[in-house]
Amino acid sequence: MTFAVVVFPGSNCDHEAQYMAETVLGQQVRMVWHKDTSLGDADVAILPGGFSHGDYLRTGAIARFSPIMGAVKAFADRGGPVMGICNGFQILQESGMLPGAMLRNRDLRFHCEYIHIRVEQTDTPFTGLCTPGQVLRVPISHGEGNFFAEPDVVAQLERERRVIFRYTTAHGEAVDAANPNGSVAGIAGVCNVARNVVGLMPHPERASERRLGSDDGLMLFRSVMDAIAARGAMQAV
Amino acid sequence: MKVRVLVTLKPSVFDPQGRAIMEALHSLGYDKAADVRQGKYFLLDLNVGNTAEAEKLAADIADRVLANPVIESFKIEVDGTAK
Repeated sequence: MTFAVVVFPGSNCDHEAQYMAETVLGQQVRMVWHKDTSLGDADVAILPGGFSHGDYLRTGAIARFSPIMGAVKAFADRGGPVMGICNGFQILQESGMLPGAMLRNRDLRFHCEYIHIRVEQTDTPFTGLCTPGQVLRVPISHGEGNFFAEPDVVAQLERERRVIFRYTTAHGEAVDAANPNGSVAGIAGVCNVARNVVGLMPHPERASERRLGSDDGLMLFRSVMDAIAARGAMQAV
Repeated sequence: MKVRVLVTLKPSVFDPQGRAIMEALHSLGYDKAADVRQGKYFLLDLNVGNTAEAEKLAADIADRVLANPVIESFKIEVDGTAK
């Protein structure tokens, strides 16, 4: 199975994503430069975290014009699983592939800490092995992760079950004290209408080894491997 | 032709930076500062012939690139007189 990790100038979690897929999960990884125009034979595409183009203009605003984004969009349109992590999520929002936008954290501080998210929906390629309501302990690392969308858009996302992750306590309670950045409705991650594009602010790729704090993030990548294998088996029939 | 584009968060969007600045103003004794909204200022130099054309092009650029319509709105000011 091949993971494509898209590298933008200023990406800084690309190697974590590579390490997670290659060393921890033993998969093939293709690092794809943002000026490339193809993801090759990738089965899944990861847009990693970082500060693409120095966060100039807005987070993710310049990266969306990178040549590779055409290939990412085409891959997603074909049903290919795409995950945007942190800045990768912001890039997917700027490119219109995911809803909402990120504001500065409500306390104006950069948050680098372990938090808890609850898996709200399991019918995406990245959450298929999770149980509904499962709580994952994963780190966040951002200054602008305060998810915003107009109330009618948020209501629509809830109605369409497109809120995939929510900030909660370790026991899965969605209370304001467990919301690290002020995100509306405690939204930590969402998906597109087709459910194959998922974006989240936390860093599951940084939670892939228990001895480094948590391996809860692996659930998402094991899920996508499972989803790809199942799709391959279906095509073979 | 010089065009100024002012981008701010939409009124419905909380502006934590503006709030922090307002609180600083209050702590300095500027009690009459009722609200502060922070924004961005862009100065475009466009190779166009007239004001209408400048406004149209600037609006297109602002809508597609300079502002994110999910959270921001923009205002365009065209200064026809050469300075």
